[in-house]
Amino acid sequence: MSDTAVRPSAASPVSRVLNDLLRSRELAVAVVLVLLVAVTTLNSSSFLFGSTGWRDLLLTPSMLVLLAVGQTCVLITRNVDLSVGSTLGLTAYLTGRLFIDTNLPIVVVVLAGILMGAVLGLVNGVLVAWGRVPALVITLGTMYIYRGAFLTWAGSDRINADDMPSTFRNLGTESVLGIPVLTIVAVVVLAVVGYYLRTAGGGRELYAIGSDPDAAALYGLKVRRRILFAFVLSGALAGLAGVVSAARFGTVSSSVGTGVEFEAVGAAVIGGVAIFGGSGTVWGAALGAFLLVTINRALPVLGISDFWQQAVVGALIVAAIILDRVLVRRQEKALVAARDTPAGSTSPGPPTATPVVAGASPSTSGTQEAVR
Amino acid sequence: MSTLTQPTGTASTPAPEVRTYASYSRPYWQRVVLSREFAVIALLVAVFVYSQSQVDYFDGPQTLYYLFRDTASILLLALPMTAIIVTGEIDLSVASIVGLTSVAFGMLHVDAGMSVTLAAVLAVAIGAVCGAFNGFLVAYVGLPSIAVTIGTLALFRGIGAGLLGTESRTDFPDSWTDLAKERIVEGQPYPMILIPFAVLAVLFALMLHFSSFGRGIYEIGLNDEAAHFTGVDVARTKAVLFVLSGTVAGFVGIYTTLVTGVARAENSTGLELPVIAACLLGGVSIFGGKGALHGVIAGVLLIGVIQRAMLLESFTINIINITIGVLLVLSVMSTSLLALGRRAVAAGRGARDSRRPPSAPASGR
Repeated sequence: MSDTAVRPSAASPVSRVLNDLLRSRELAVAVVLVLLVAVTTLNSSSFLFGSTGWRDLLLTPSMLVLLAVGQTCVLITRNVDLSVGSTLGLTAYLTGRLFIDTNLPIVVVVLAGILMGAVLGLVNGVLVAWGRVPALVITLGTMYIYRGAFLTWAGSDRINADDMPSTFRNLGTESVLGIPVLTIVAVVVLAVVGYYLRTAGGGRELYAIGSDPDAAALYGLKVRRRILFAFVLSGALAGLAGVVSAARFGTVSSSVGTGVEFEAVGAAVIGGVAIFGGSGTVWGAALGAFLLVTINRALPVLGISDFWQQAVVGALIVAAIILDRVLVRRQEKALVAARDTPAGSTSPGPPTATPVVAGASPSTSGTQEAVR
Repeated sequence: MSTLTQPTGTASTPAPEVRTYASYSRPYWQRVVLSREFAVIALLVAVFVYSQSQVDYFDGPQTLYYLFRDTASILLLALPMTAIIVTGEIDLSVASIVGLTSVAFGMLHVDAGMSVTLAAVLAVAIGAVCGAFNGFLVAYVGLPSIAVTIGTLALFRGIGAGLLGTESRTDFPDSWTDLAKERIVEGQPYPMILIPFAVLAVLFALMLHFSSFGRGIYEIGLNDEAAHFTGVDVARTKAVLFVLSGTVAGFVGIYTTLVTGVARAENSTGLELPVIAACLLGGVSIFGGKGALHGVIAGVLLIGVIQRAMLLESFTINIINITIGVLLVLSVMSTSLLALGRRAVAAGRGARDSRRPPSAPASGR
């Protein structure tokens, strides 16, 4: 196993993919998710098989999945975007407003929402990439600014279900082949971004930047442009999430999207995205988002007062971070052991190298992975 | 531990010609006056004077009283937050600890029938335990504080919500709730909470600026490995700061409960953001190693004064939030812009001058 870490091309592609999958964080989160759904369904069969159970299971997380995917792209570059909740609120309101004030077709409104989000993300990106100020501070500031702009614009207004065309609202509940439309949207976005991050040069550069920004700059990568891109993507996805939330809930109140930025970061962290950049996948983040939302819905069914939801979510995030650290330590040890064995032995790795099981792709492997 | 720390700050040495330290290249008065902290203080004074003369009712007896009463929580929480950010860490969970200790205080007093004093002591202890939990994970396990405290932000608030749900506890003796709202001298605009704040502010200033422990805090922020080699116990310092943060948050939880008369889980939700914003506005560098308490206190008061003045001018809270956000972004950008300007000036002076100003540490690049 340590051999594959040093010389990636040694094993056949199939066995490599299989190996990666088996010790991936994504699989671990997926297993937990499946167990959770199974246990909850045993308790109350309507959780999965009820008339709305299946739909809600897939539909509820779609908004957070979009945010988590965007957040992951930003986190990978060693930045963070705390303004997504405010962006979401602003675009959700814009969506409702456009339906009230104009007669634009639905597609145009959706695109306008995405565009609005992208512009807000662009502002973040420009400030972070050219201001030489940490993203945490900038997006904290823009979070206030966007939220304030939203509330000023909306005032005491509230977008109600009647204000939006029924075809648009139906998108929030309709299903195709048993899968809700909004979930399909989220999954398509997830697939596109996931494919881009894994295979495209631009995606790999995001990992390289997050692993070591200075090295990336010395290597000749266009660091600023890539970071700008990550923020625009995060903003655009938050904009899409705003449209989705308008369609899903049918109303836009002034509190929509508050606190959701921490949930997005939490989902990514649970899914194995390192907060200091350079590793993690959108698949993991999406599964983390699914897990977070499903826990929220499962707890009342399991007889735990839903007031404890937040505590469980918090404990889960802390546990995920600790788990990451333990795995990184073990992998580092294994890599050191592999390095210290005589270079001549090409036989399968020494026994000390084997403890790398069920590992996420933590920072050490992420670094190598990124350079490819 | 202290013998190896670099002599900085108040020591004014006679000026030999060649200085290797960029921060020592200017005379003492310049170093004090031409600083971020002083700029914030000047801005605070300017806004205050302007509000006094131009904003109706700003000079009334209630304005300052409510300003102090409402910003007291932020003032108190900003003290340990400053130290934590100076080490290069961050604590996003303070507001959640406030909520949890508020719940604990209410339940211990109302449900368990403890006296207010005993309940308060236990609640502060709970705050300290929460801080110790953060501190252990950050300092000894070595986890990134932003991730840990995002987790405990949800965890601590969630425990409070789990214990009390949407209920609240309001049965507090009037003598205590009145004490929290009382003025130090009747007729003066200074509420009682300023006394514990002043005591804590002096203690934190002594710790941060006039002790070897404090010098260690700055060293950790500048370079924690170097700090380790000069004998600073990096892990212990960080852990102590997180415990202090939790303890102060516990105290704020009791204050918030008494001043509002309500113990509930949602108390002070989102308060961590104004606290951090005030610290950054007050000149603390998010990269660590830079910042001073007087700047932070001025930063908190600046936000408070702007809020009050704009409220009196009947701006909505949203416009006020936009203003604070813009101010925050501008203030952190100003450092980069100033550095850019200084570099241009230094370049203009000629390439011979080898003493370049230190370039701003980059985040993304």
